[in-house]
Amino acid sequence: MTEKIVEEGPVTTGDKEKLRLLTVVRGETLRNRDIYERPPGYELFFPNFVMKELCVGLAFLIIIFVWAYFKDSPLYELSNPAETPSHIKAAWYFVGLQELLAYFDPYLAGAIIPSMILAGLYLIPFIDPDPVKGIGRFAFKERKFAIGCFLGGVAMWYGLLLVGWFFRGPYWSFYWPWEDQSVVKATEVALWSFPLSAGIAFLVCYGTLVLILPAVIFQNFFFRLGLIRYLITFNLFAVMCFVPIKIFLRSAFSVKYILVTPWFNI
Amino acid sequence: MKWVPLGLVRYTVCLGGLSVFFFLLCILTGPFLMLYYVPDVNRAHADVMDIMQVVPFGSFVRNVHRWAACLMIVCVPAHMTRVFLQAAYKPPRQLNWLVGITLLILTYLMCFTGYMLPWDQEAYWGATIGATMAENSPFLGAKGPFSVLPPDKDIHYIMLGGTVLDQPTLSRFFFAHCIAIPGALAGLMGFHFFNIHRAGGMSGPL
Ligand code: HEM
Repeated sequence: MTEKIVEEGPVTTGDKEKLRLLTVVRGETLRNRDIYERPPGYELFFPNFVMKELCVGLAFLIIIFVWAYFKDSPLYELSNPAETPSHIKAAWYFVGLQELLAYFDPYLAGAIIPSMILAGLYLIPFIDPDPVKGIGRFAFKERKFAIGCFLGGVAMWYGLLLVGWFFRGPYWSFYWPWEDQSVVKATEVALWSFPLSAGIAFLVCYGTLVLILPAVIFQNFFFRLGLIRYLITFNLFAVMCFVPIKIFLRSAFSVKYILVTPWFNI
Repeated sequence: MKWVPLGLVRYTVCLGGLSVFFFLLCILTGPFLMLYYVPDVNRAHADVMDIMQVVPFGSFVRNVHRWAACLMIVCVPAHMTRVFLQAAYKPPRQLNWLVGITLLILTYLMCFTGYMLPWDQEAYWGATIGATMAENSPFLGAKGPFSVLPPDKDIHYIMLGGTVLDQPTLSRFFFAHCIAIPGALAGLMGFHFFNIHRAGGMSGPL
């Protein structure tokens, strides 16, 4: 507290005004005065900071209210287990996964790949070898690999979502924006699979490439990560990169499976 | 007295705070929907129809619930991206990152279960896709590779409460959507905020 009470005797201001100055307090005006010591460059979490967040919230509240007033959320006809619609789309935030179903078996698209995504996300703090770089700021240049992988994954998730949402029509056929989605496409493309030996060869080559090449080229990186973290990181990386590869093989060369076994297909 | 640096609110408009805000909006509107909605396969769809057409302000409340949920599912991954780009998962905030991913999963589950409740074609067949994926999981699903569990004990059965989508499915999705997941979300959110405090506040301007 900065104000000091200046001890001066009472001052009269003449007979006509019935005012008496009792004390003079020297210091800041009430408006500018902090009741508590304020560290320079800081503000109170409550109410100052919370109020700012609430203002942002309020802006969105208005948007939601206007949106809710003008646009009804959809309600379709009563469910009918006997009648599969030609045009099933999951809720938009899951359409990315549904789009994966066009390229992968359900056990991959629905179980393995999402589990790998989540496992990868959970593991991030433990596989990042650098404990300090870039905390609290956008350090794109210093964290190229980390940020590249992360944004690559995010882009893929939303990319699949957009394709699934805008480019898929009845029976999940691909439609360009200028094509009429009410016309059902008869597109049974003949798909083929790699023979077993070729499939194994492909996957072994791919695995070797992704798992060994980075260690050879970026030796510093490899030693900084250590073997275990390196293997975890690049296994996840291999899975992530495998998704667009398979999508490419399916779309460009009609490859159904790269590996066919009696138990599972990839 | 808690002090935070000035200028914390910047162009990434406090995505975490907005997630909380949208969650609260859903929590506020949800109970009103619950007043008119009965999770019975013979009634659910008609109840939602009533909410949209008969109940005063029903459509407005349902729309707010729906659009707030949509914005939440946009905000939470965006918040995660912000956290990643600012390396806020590095020490001492690793635990909060783990809590965060759990919140992310719960948010998606919230949407998945809620989407099912109107029991319309879209909900039914959308949930069927999810159920098919569960059924095809390796080990845990009866139809997946290396399946070990019979169809009446696998993860698909546990999820649906049967082998097909029916009343038991709706009942458990209702329970999950209205009690279990929001409860877990609220509790974990509290822990999330406590962790921010424990780490000594935010890592940098949002
Ligand atoms: C329901 C979902 C979530 C809610 C409501 C939520 C809420 C919040 C809030 C209000 C903050 C304060 C800073 C800010 O507003 O950005 C915060 C910070 C944080 N959140 Fe979340 N969050 C959620 C999900 C997540 C997810 C998915 C992650 C990441 C995996 C995450 C990780 C973190 C971390 C590490 C911080 C500290 C950030 C820093 O120190 O810069 N949260 N969260």
